[in-house]
Amino acid sequence: MNKILGNKKAYFIFVFPAFVIYFVMAFIPIIISCYYSTLEWNGIGQKVFVGIENFLDLLKNDAFLSSVKNSLILAAASVIGQLIPAMFFAIVLSRNIRGEGVYRTIYFIPVLLSTVVIGQLFLKIYNADYGALNALLQKPGLEGQDWLGNTKLVLEASFFPIIWQYIGYHMLILYTGIKGVPAEIYEAAQIDGANEKQMAFMITMPLIKSTIKVSMTFAVIGSLKLFDLIWVLTKGGPLHASEVPSTLMYTTIFTRMEYGSGSAIAVFIVLECLLFYFLIEKFFKVDNLTY
Amino acid sequence: MKSIKLSKVLLQVLLIAFAVVQLYPLLFLFFFSLKDNNEIYSGNVMGLPQHFYWSNYENALFNANVGYYLLNSIFVTLVVILVSDILACMVSYAIARMTVKINGIVKTFFSLGLMIPLHAVLLPVFIMLRNLKMLDTYQAIIIPYIAFALPMAIFFMIGFFQTLPRELEESAFLDGCGIYRTFFQIMMPLVKPALATISVFTFLSTWNEMMFAITFINSEKYRTLTVGIMQMVGRYTTDWGTMGAGLMVATVPTIVIYLLFSKQVQSGMVSGAVKG
Repeated sequence: MNKILGNKKAYFIFVFPAFVIYFVMAFIPIIISCYYSTLEWNGIGQKVFVGIENFLDLLKNDAFLSSVKNSLILAAASVIGQLIPAMFFAIVLSRNIRGEGVYRTIYFIPVLLSTVVIGQLFLKIYNADYGALNALLQKPGLEGQDWLGNTKLVLEASFFPIIWQYIGYHMLILYTGIKGVPAEIYEAAQIDGANEKQMAFMITMPLIKSTIKVSMTFAVIGSLKLFDLIWVLTKGGPLHASEVPSTLMYTTIFTRMEYGSGSAIAVFIVLECLLFYFLIEKFFKVDNLTY
Repeated sequence: MKSIKLSKVLLQVLLIAFAVVQLYPLLFLFFFSLKDNNEIYSGNVMGLPQHFYWSNYENALFNANVGYYLLNSIFVTLVVILVSDILACMVSYAIARMTVKINGIVKTFFSLGLMIPLHAVLLPVFIMLRNLKMLDTYQAIIIPYIAFALPMAIFFMIGFFQTLPRELEESAFLDGCGIYRTFFQIMMPLVKPALATISVFTFLSTWNEMMFAITFINSEKYRTLTVGIMQMVGRYTTDWGTMGAGLMVATVPTIVIYLLFSKQVQSGMVSGAVKG
C-alpha cells in the first residue's frame, strides 16, 4: 500500500505534465516580467539596464498616478456598491422567501456574460445619439449626455457596469456563507425575542466574517487589476480620464512599445494586489469558527 | 400581522425591481438584435421591435463570420477543459494521496498560481510565443489558458480527493491493481461531480477571456468570439442589429450551460472566489 503510494516514478508521471505547462507559462514569465521592468527596451533594439528608474519615472507620471487613483476609487466604489446590496439580498433570500431560487438564478446571470458583450452592450446604452440611456432621459425632457466622451462623466459611466455585473456574484458568495450558519442559532435568537434586523446585524454578519472577507478581497483585487471592461468601453480615454493601471500597461507596451516601463506597471499591479490581499487579511483577522 | 404582510409585499417588489435591473440590459440586447437601423434611429431604442429582423442573425453568423468564431471558441474551450481537467486530476490525486516527500512544496508551488494575475505574464508570454513563431495559432491561447486553469482546478480537486474514502483504493491495490489503473478506472469516475464544477468554472473563464485573446490572436482563422467581436465593432459600428445578433450568439451558449448546470455553475463560481 505505502509502497504503491510512495512510488516516485508514478508521482513524477502524475505531476510533471501540469508542472511543465504551469512553470513555463506562469511561473517563469513572472520572473521575466520583474527582469523586464529594470530595462529600457522597445522590444526589438538593445536592452539597457536602468535599475529602478522605470519605477521612479512612474511616480512622476501623471497618467499613471491618476490611473492608480481611479482604480482605488473603483475598489472603494465596488466594496460599497456591490457588498451592501449583495448582503441585503443574500440575507433576504436566505430567509426562505417565495421565489428564492428564481431570484438567485436571475441575479447571477450578469456574472456569466463576457466582458466584451457587456462592454459592447453598454456602448449602445451610453451612445450619445441613439443610446437607451439618453432616450430614457429625453422622455421627460432631460438633456442627454455624451457619457463616455465627457471627461467628467466617463469614470462613473464606465464603473457602473463593472459594479452592476458582480453584485450577483457577491450575493451568491454571501448567501452560501449565510446558509452555512446553523438554523438553531436563529431559532434561539428568535426565542430570545430578536427581530430580523437584529439577527442580520448581530448574528449573521459577525458569523460570516470570513465569507465577507472573501467577498471583499474579490471586490478589491478585481478592481485593482481590472482591464477588460475599460478596454472595450474607452481604452482609458478620453485624455486618460478613465485610465486604470492595466489599460495604461497595455498601451505602454503595445502602442508606445515601452516594454520596460510597461513591465514596471505590471509588477506594480502584482505588488499592489498582494499588499491589499494582506491588508484585508490583517483587517479581518478571522478566528476559525466552529459551530 | 398586517405590517408583516406589507413588508413581505415590499420585499417582493424590491426583489423584482432588482431582477429587472439585472435582466434588462440582456433584454435590451435581444430586442435590438432584431431591429433594423431605421427603427433605432427613429427613436425606438429600448422597446420591443416592431418587426423581427431575424436576418440580422443570418448576417452576423455568415457575413460577419460570427458562426465561425463560435466554432473556434467551442474548439478552444473544449480542449482547454479536457486537458486541464485531466492534468489537474493527476496532480491533485498525487498531492492528496501519495506519500512523496516533496508533496508540500509541489502543493505550495501550484497554489501560488492562484495569486498571479494574467497581466503579470502578458508581455513575457507574448515574447515567448513570438520567438517560438507560435503567435496567431490555436496553441497560442490554448496553452496559456490551460496553465491558468490549473491552479484553481488543482486547489479544488485536492479538497475533493481528500473527502473520498481510502478503502476503495486499498482494496483495489490488494486485488493487484496498479496505481495507474486505480487512478484512471476507480478514482477518476468518483470525482465526476467535482470535475463538472471545475469544468464549468474553466468554461466561463476561457470562453470570456479577452486580454490574451486580443493580444495573441489576429488572423481570421483563429479568432475566438471575444477577438472576433472586438474586430467586428469597427466594421459594423453603425449596424446595430447585426452587432446585437453577434453579441447574442456569443452569449446564448453561456446562458444555456447555466440553465442546464446552474448548481455546478454556482458552486464553481463560489469556490472560484477564493482565488480572488
